[in-house]
Amino acid sequence: MSAVSEQQAPSPAEPRKGLSPRKKQRISRAVQYAVLVVILVVLAALADWKAIGESFLNLDVAGKGLPDLFTVALRNTVIYTLSGFALGFVLGLVLALMRLSSVAPYRWLSVTYIEIFRGLPILLIFLMIGSLPLAFPGFELPGGVYGSAALGLGVVSAAYMAENFRAGIQAVPKGQMEAARSLGMPHMRAMISIIIPQAIRIVLPPLTNQLVMLLKDSSLVLILGVTAAQVELAKFGNDQSSTYANPTPILATGLTYLLITIPLGYVARRMEARQGAGR
Amino acid sequence: MSTVEIKNLHKSFGTLEVLRGIDFTVESGQVVCVIGPSGSGKSTLLRCVNLLEQPTSGTVVVDGVDLTDPDVDIDAARRHVGMVFQQFNLFPHLTVRRNVTIAQERVLKRRKDECDRVARENLEKVGLLEKIDAYPPQLSGGQQQRVAIARALAMNPSLMLFDEPTSALDPELVGDVLSVMRKLAEDGMTMLVVTHEMGFAREVADRVVFMDGGVIVEDGPPQQVIADPRHERTREFLSRVLHPGV
Repeated sequence: MSAVSEQQAPSPAEPRKGLSPRKKQRISRAVQYAVLVVILVVLAALADWKAIGESFLNLDVAGKGLPDLFTVALRNTVIYTLSGFALGFVLGLVLALMRLSSVAPYRWLSVTYIEIFRGLPILLIFLMIGSLPLAFPGFELPGGVYGSAALGLGVVSAAYMAENFRAGIQAVPKGQMEAARSLGMPHMRAMISIIIPQAIRIVLPPLTNQLVMLLKDSSLVLILGVTAAQVELAKFGNDQSSTYANPTPILATGLTYLLITIPLGYVARRMEARQGAGR
Repeated sequence: MSTVEIKNLHKSFGTLEVLRGIDFTVESGQVVCVIGPSGSGKSTLLRCVNLLEQPTSGTVVVDGVDLTDPDVDIDAARRHVGMVFQQFNLFPHLTVRRNVTIAQERVLKRRKDECDRVARENLEKVGLLEKIDAYPPQLSGGQQQRVAIARALAMNPSLMLFDEPTSALDPELVGDVLSVMRKLAEDGMTMLVVTHEMGFAREVADRVVFMDGGVIVEDGPPQQVIADPRHERTREFLSRVLHPGV
């Protein structure tokens, strides 16, 4: 069989027909650059540069948003995000432990929860939280909008974090639990002192990405109906741009998000790389 | 009184029967080495002694407590049985000091200064007191294994189990670990050691047990089992271990 294919293979000395692969590659790359340049030129020609400068880069309008952009809107965004993250962290850890429990109903409950809350949009969760008083008359979440935001963001991120924690716990070598048990530690004690601290280290990068997702999702808090003091970044930008009939505040808000999300993403990648190297 | 008394022990993993009727005792102060080819069930036997594996049937009595009795507090029983693993299994996120104190503190409820004193004493014993503030990944395999021995000793065990303690070590690091174990034996510790170190078994063990196919084939003093085995299977195994490549 190999003898036949050897005979059919063209000898390297034979001159090639048409373009060489390297030449083809060079032409293809030139075409790609050309397409890019054409698109940019067309966009630049179509855009109204004066209007763009006035609408999107209007420093007067941007200045009017200060310092509230940071002292109110960013502050609230951070509060909503961190409180949701804290709730999600705790609830997610509990769900992960339930998921790994030897008691079957706990596992079912956990799986059901995770499937439901990973499958629903956060917007819908917020709408449901708004309707909670209908089911439980007189019920009021502590903290008002802040409580509702933490609950909504928390219950959804818990579902994602539970899966992260489960993977982290399972990634801790089996010998760690055996060593802890052989020292006489009960199962739960070993989980808390030995397994979970190691699992959290393992899942720090995905948890950081989770934090970034949550930061962006916190923009949906606006559906809860917030006052001027409770406003977060996205609504703040939208309100300001309506007030001044100018989209610059939306751009400023976007930059403020990036101010946080880009460094966080960088930190997560660094941690990932370090873990990879440590192994 | 016997420290370990095992009667008619069976252990199956699914349809695979790993232990097929083991009867076996370890007297207080004895050093017993278990040898045998891989898959012979020697590690499983060891792991049944502190119930890291649940026996399928039979009884395991340690210090007069029947571990197979469902009413027995297994955590309490394990406190007095130290275990040293092939892969060390130190807690990598904790310092050496914390590795040696955490179970004393959480399980034995010793006072903090007492925990620290015991930790220092046992680290001194294994010659690693100067590494007390290091983290396990900063130590060599041999050092990690000696810390693991100190961690087990800190619980004042009446019995120490060693599951191939030198098999994961670079050859030049084996000696340090064996000399710590030898010292332990001289101090009168009751030890059950699964090992491939025939030299150690010959010099330190009071008894050598040869296992094959889930049963004990031969059990006796080392000068008999290693130097003058009665069974063909023992002879065959020993010739392979003692003269590899011949």
